[in-house]
Amino acid sequence: MRKSKGWLGALPLFVVYALVFGVPAIALLAGAFTSRGEPTLDNMRLSLQGGNLTAIAGSVQVSAVVAVVGAVLGTFLAYAVVTSRSGALRSAVLTASGVLANFGGVPLAFFWVATLGNSGIVSGLFGLPSGVLFTFWGLVIVYLYFSVPMMVLVMAPALDGLKPQWREAAANNGATSWHYWRYVALPVLTPALLGGVVLLFGMAFSAYATAAAMGAGTVVPLVTLKIANALTSDVLIGQENVALALSLDMIVVAGLVMAVYLPLQKRSTRWLQ
Amino acid sequence: MAAVTGLEKVRSTQQGGRWRWSVFVLAALYFLVPLGASLWYTVYNAGTGFSLAPYAELLTAEGFAQSLLLSLSLAVATIVLVLLLTLPAMLAVRLAAPRLRPVMEVLCTLPLVVPPITFVVGIGKSLAVGGEVLAPTPFWATLIAIQNPGFPMVLVLAYVVLVLPFVYRSLDAGLRTMDVRTLVEAARNLGASWPYVMFRVIIPNLRSAIASASFLTLALVLGEFTVARLLGYQPFAVWIVTISGSRGQMSVAVSILSLLLIWLLLLVVSSVFGKEKKQ
Repeated sequence: MRKSKGWLGALPLFVVYALVFGVPAIALLAGAFTSRGEPTLDNMRLSLQGGNLTAIAGSVQVSAVVAVVGAVLGTFLAYAVVTSRSGALRSAVLTASGVLANFGGVPLAFFWVATLGNSGIVSGLFGLPSGVLFTFWGLVIVYLYFSVPMMVLVMAPALDGLKPQWREAAANNGATSWHYWRYVALPVLTPALLGGVVLLFGMAFSAYATAAAMGAGTVVPLVTLKIANALTSDVLIGQENVALALSLDMIVVAGLVMAVYLPLQKRSTRWLQ
Repeated sequence: MAAVTGLEKVRSTQQGGRWRWSVFVLAALYFLVPLGASLWYTVYNAGTGFSLAPYAELLTAEGFAQSLLLSLSLAVATIVLVLLLTLPAMLAVRLAAPRLRPVMEVLCTLPLVVPPITFVVGIGKSLAVGGEVLAPTPFWATLIAIQNPGFPMVLVLAYVVLVLPFVYRSLDAGLRTMDVRTLVEAARNLGASWPYVMFRVIIPNLRSAIASASFLTLALVLGEFTVARLLGYQPFAVWIVTISGSRGQMSVAVSILSLLLIWLLLLVVSSVFGKEKKQ
């Protein structure tokens, strides 16, 4: 009898989850494929046209550049930390990475506005032209502020897992440093690296608060800003369901990216014990 | 063969050192310049000179206390609700329904995959449709009540889902360190009631996991902007953005303070976990 009742403890969570996560998911799906009560593909078609398509492409571009640049820089930084002999430096960098990787959203935007914005300190010091922050590369620089630390957190354990014996074994067999990196270290690190790239892509792709607080939407088209605009402005009736369709596009992209990430994460644990 | 001779080795470590230091210097520049610039931006003004006014004015700024209070109460409600829902569920799954464990794991990971903004879009749509469909029923009043601008329960519910992955991982890590089944069965055999088991056996053993889950939730809710903004509420993060146009210095000052807060919260989380490891 206890057995049949035991799972009831999980019931409240499942009910709340179904109401708060399940119902909106269904509403999103249903809304994306209906217009004025009629089933239609118009919303989806509109969401992949003109300005909407530009916004999706813009988001994918920014996120891809942030992911690749952040992964490369983060890996270099992580390698420098892992191979340094100073324990204090190591713990300082790792703690700072933990803080900065979680430092996104609105405060991050104001940090950079104060630094490189039109009345920012650094732009004033070097006489940078106004609007330099509100460009594609400006946004990339801002996003790297949390992406590089995140990559350090991902790569530090993986780099720690590279055994010195592998390098010695490679050297004993006549391998150069290049051979070692190309045929031993890199293949072992690849899953962690790719997993990190995917994680950074996902973070940058779904970021909204930073871009909204910066007011970057006017220059760099981003799908999150597009969705927010479509939701809050009531200029066009029926625009709301296009926002639902755009959201669905976003989920599809995020889902595809995750589908790459999860198996990789499992693989990366095989070698690095 | 080059690496075998002593001379070569010394040269290569020297090179490595130089390379490493240039990486550190560049990283320090990139990460510390915005911090310093922001600090300078808040305390120095070309018109009035050096002053700490933005920090002092913060306390009396219109809406500051109100929005901070709202954010804090949302955070407390979210922590209480998410723990009340997750803890019994995780125990039930461990003890009585191990088959549900993969289901639970997937459910608790999904909110990480879905971009928060699409989640808000779905919630907004459900509230709108729900308002129409439920209008003739008594549930309508409930739907209106959870959207009360004084204390929007709908935000608490949304935040519960958003923090679920972090809370789940944290509690899961805590539960792994103890033998739940043996503890519960021993306590039950000795005549302890279920609430007694929960509060005197399970929770004391999970103290650090619960603490870290709570602090992560606190950090997330205090900084949350997307959901609150798009559903039209004004907790702390939304308030900062609304004042940023007229009081730029103050918004940067708040950003610096929130960086300090995140640092403090993470420090607490890691020290709580550190203590546990030592034990």
